[in-house]
Amino acid sequence: MRVAFFLGLILSLAALIAALVSLVWTPYDVTALSIADKLKPPSPAHWLGTDHFGRDIASMLMAGARTSIAVALVAVGIGVGLGVPLGLLAAANRGGLVDEVVMRGNDLIFAFPSLVIAILITAVFGPSATNAIIAIGIFNIPVFARVTRGGALSLWTLDFIRAAEVAGKGRTRISAEHILPNILNLLIVQGTIQFSLGILAEAGLSYVGLGAQPPTPSWGRMLAEAQTMVTLAPHVAIFPGLAIVLTVLGLNLLGDGLRDHLDPRLRRAG
Amino acid sequence: MSLLRLDDLSLAIHGKPILSGVAFDIAGGEIFGLVGESGSGKSMTALAVMGLLPSGATTSGRAEFMGRDLLTLPERALTGLRGNEIGMIFQEPMTALNPMKTIGDQVAETLLIHRAASRAEARDVAREKLARVGLPEDRFPLSRYPHELSGGQRQRVAIAMAIALRPKLLIADEPTTALDVTTQAQILDLLKGLTGDEGMALMLITHDLAVVAGMAARVAVMQNGRIVEQGATETLFRTRTQDYTRRLFAASAHQPQRRAQTRPETLLSVEGAVREYILPRPSPFAKPPVLRAVDGVSLTIRRGESLGLVGESGCGKSTLTRAILGLDPIQGGTIRLDGQEVTPGHTMPHDLRAKMQVVFQDPYGSFNPRHRVERLVAEPFHLTGQPKDARDRVAAALEEVGLSPADMGKYIHEFSGGQRQRIAIARALIIRPDLIVLDEAVSALDVRVRAQVLDLLARLQESHGLAYLFISHDLSVVRSITDRVLVMKAGRIVEEGATEAVFARPEHPYTQRLIAATPVIPAAWQDSA
Amino acid sequence: MTRYLFRRLISLALSLVVASLVIFAVIEVVPGDPASYMLGLNAKPETVAALKDQLGLNAPAPVRYLNWITGMVQGDFGLSYTYKTPVSQLVIQRLAVSLPLALYALALAVLVAFPAGLMAAARRGKVADAAVMGATQVGIALPNFWFAMLLVLAFALHWQIFPAGGFPGWDQGLWPGLRALTLPAIALALPQAAILARVLRSALIETLGQDYIRTARAKGLTGGQTLLRHGLRNALIPVLTIMGMQFSFLLAGAIIIENVFYLPGLGRLIFQAITQRDLIVVESVVMILVFAVILVTFLVDLAYAAIDPRLRKRA
Repeated sequence: MRVAFFLGLILSLAALIAALVSLVWTPYDVTALSIADKLKPPSPAHWLGTDHFGRDIASMLMAGARTSIAVALVAVGIGVGLGVPLGLLAAANRGGLVDEVVMRGNDLIFAFPSLVIAILITAVFGPSATNAIIAIGIFNIPVFARVTRGGALSLWTLDFIRAAEVAGKGRTRISAEHILPNILNLLIVQGTIQFSLGILAEAGLSYVGLGAQPPTPSWGRMLAEAQTMVTLAPHVAIFPGLAIVLTVLGLNLLGDGLRDHLDPRLRRAG
Repeated sequence: MSLLRLDDLSLAIHGKPILSGVAFDIAGGEIFGLVGESGSGKSMTALAVMGLLPSGATTSGRAEFMGRDLLTLPERALTGLRGNEIGMIFQEPMTALNPMKTIGDQVAETLLIHRAASRAEARDVAREKLARVGLPEDRFPLSRYPHELSGGQRQRVAIAMAIALRPKLLIADEPTTALDVTTQAQILDLLKGLTGDEGMALMLITHDLAVVAGMAARVAVMQNGRIVEQGATETLFRTRTQDYTRRLFAASAHQPQRRAQTRPETLLSVEGAVREYILPRPSPFAKPPVLRAVDGVSLTIRRGESLGLVGESGCGKSTLTRAILGLDPIQGGTIRLDGQEVTPGHTMPHDLRAKMQVVFQDPYGSFNPRHRVERLVAEPFHLTGQPKDARDRVAAALEEVGLSPADMGKYIHEFSGGQRQRIAIARALIIRPDLIVLDEAVSALDVRVRAQVLDLLARLQESHGLAYLFISHDLSVVRSITDRVLVMKAGRIVEEGATEAVFARPEHPYTQRLIAATPVIPAAWQDSA
Repeated sequence: MTRYLFRRLISLALSLVVASLVIFAVIEVVPGDPASYMLGLNAKPETVAALKDQLGLNAPAPVRYLNWITGMVQGDFGLSYTYKTPVSQLVIQRLAVSLPLALYALALAVLVAFPAGLMAAARRGKVADAAVMGATQVGIALPNFWFAMLLVLAFALHWQIFPAGGFPGWDQGLWPGLRALTLPAIALALPQAAILARVLRSALIETLGQDYIRTARAKGLTGGQTLLRHGLRNALIPVLTIMGMQFSFLLAGAIIIENVFYLPGLGRLIFQAITQRDLIVVESVVMILVFAVILVTFLVDLAYAAIDPRLRKRA
């Protein structure tokens, strides 16, 4: 299990470092076209080969990591920023009107898969990476609200919350002081899961043209462009896909490892 | 020849020793008691016999059942024995039954799994066995689901499942611990009757000496994975040759030293309190029914007095407690603390709240696991404002409850159940309240720890002139620590009086039933040692 | 039971109303003037006015909303601006591809996930469990459209067992149709199967820790019998929840996968509509997708009640 956790850590860090390094340096300029070098297979000059415009695939993957991580990170931020307070609020007013409204609102958003939200936004405002962020972010809100509420509800039944009430503390204060710190583990684990789902979703949206637009580099769009030349140059389609799989796999392994490590039930048994 | 013979049985789980050298015999048809505190290894002994040990368990020694060593039998042979020759019931009836299957199917399954009957015959046997355990078909059809039954009724279903094939040995692991005292008496009667009628041996596992005293012919006392002492119940209880048995005995009959110190002024008065819950509507357009959990309760507590409130689960005592603590609103009547009205939530002023604190039952859920003891104990300062010498006061409070100031920096998981209850008492004490509500505060503790905590409570009451509202289902505990007692049933107070008087001469039939149902060690056995 | 059903029905109706309001607001109110948006920047004012008239956009928003809703209830989804055919007709043609695809994929996912999840739970901690868990980790990380491209490379271009794309139509017979949908369905199903298998495994393991499982073992059931007779049904509730959510993922995923395989489904329709700025089609198709998701949620709720007697109560 530890091996899986470290593998996850290494893969996630690799994606993160590639994204950060791409801000200052990539092996080749990702916007420089060189038709003479188009569709070259992997070689010492171009480790992962070149695409149909002769661009270096390794460089584009590094820059694409930046887009993927940025979109997923902001989308998780939206989910946490709105979902967690809503979940805490619902749990503090469990069974009441506020709870009902929050939960029905959640159900409603769940009826709009992020792709559908992206379609709606794109239909009206046109495609962009921001659309992808908003679409994925909105879908993250009910996810975090549910996890927060579920975790908080089981805590609200415990006697230490009663003791805090007897000590005159209000719901908001109890939520911040006693509930939130005790569901942090849950949120961290859910955060990694949503982060990896966000990367997958960004790739999917960009693939169908609802996400990042040229010249913003993106793994999903690289795959869309590669599709027509799969037979000519399979590497153009293989490497971006591998980049997605390895990053998402890394994050999932990391999340699983964190859960095993942070879950007090599992820790007590160990 | 004995039915079950354990010989030098040892058990380790992942290398950690759990049992060592356990040896006893159970003869056919006898009731054998296995007593011990939590963690003594009594449940593990039962699971070893059943062959249901958790993974990572290694055993040595022998566990012979009708001449066959259960420890070396292959799993196939064990499944043939379980439910067929050896039945078992567990402590928690609320979760012991599959919520998705009817009670008839669950009882019939025992027969079907052992191919002992056809489907139709199995249903007939299920019907008969359920009737035998007190669930006749006209009132409890086989099509009932577990959630439609009470805890006691569910335990009866579990018993019917275990005895459906007339096993030679029934193992009952704390079968009545989760039940109310009157239900406990009925289940114990049922178990006793079954051993007589069916010629079945019963291995009764319990922490309660009084239960064993009334049931078992022979008994073994366990501590730390060993048998400390065993023999005929009466002789063993009378002689108590081992030091551990003596201490266990003394603790379960323990009476803390206390002096009545009630002063005349009224501290808490509850007048005609009513608490109602709106239940779900039975149909979409019907008026929602209302449950009166507390139905016109009046009580007073004087300064320095210790008042007991007893009743079985569902009688409304927890609901009343929440209202008194100012956590829930009441729909009728008034609650006054030191002359001021108690109101729910933030509407209750802090200086009024500061006059009352609480200690809960669950030593595990009573503390935020992420805070250190210093912060946990200091939490009530929220009501009074953080004093400059808060740290010193926390240290003093910890010393007062028998802990060390050095414990301030620790987290709650570093303490035992008894120590946690001491910390809970320190937290209640820190702002010097006039009243402490003790909500089943010693119910989750082993007898010896319970005796120590009761002593501590008695001492603190005297030194601080505290008033206690002591809520419990355990009559013997209430008897030992209160001046006056109220008996609550179905939301009402049915009897009230000085503790000794009520226990000696109960007037209300319900109180009489409660007292009669409470298991006791015969007085004659107590003084011989 | 009636009370439960009644509450669920009310919540179903409410969700539909609110969802339709949101969609209407985004498409028809937020852009200001949908007609000039649809026609683009260079449109003449007369053409815009004509379209406005044709779409009934001169009426106030609440009236338009009511017209839209009452139209839909009667099966009238309006006229596609680009295709000049009723949207309902387009949708029915396209659904004949998208719905079978989603169901095919769901069936495949269940067929793979249940044996895998059961085996992993029964042998937890053993090699078989580790193998299933490892495979599912990879499965979850696979983007389905990339997986689809790999499938095409292998099974369509290299081995030529299945077509690489296109759809012959159901009038060509069941088999050609199913053949065309097989690779898309596999691409959709495997990542979902991975999720489902993991959820089933952890739900089963959680259930196996319950007291009533110990009771069943004490009755003489073997480990396997306990798993199937007492574990599985109790573990089904979380599994059903996930399956319900997966249906919406499958629908959404189908939109993307249809583009890989050039399948004439709802997904293709909606993307063509977006590029052609045909808001009428976008609005209606989105509403149908959302309706499908809400309906599935409702069906899952009904399934809960069928499985769990505690939800049925005495009527």
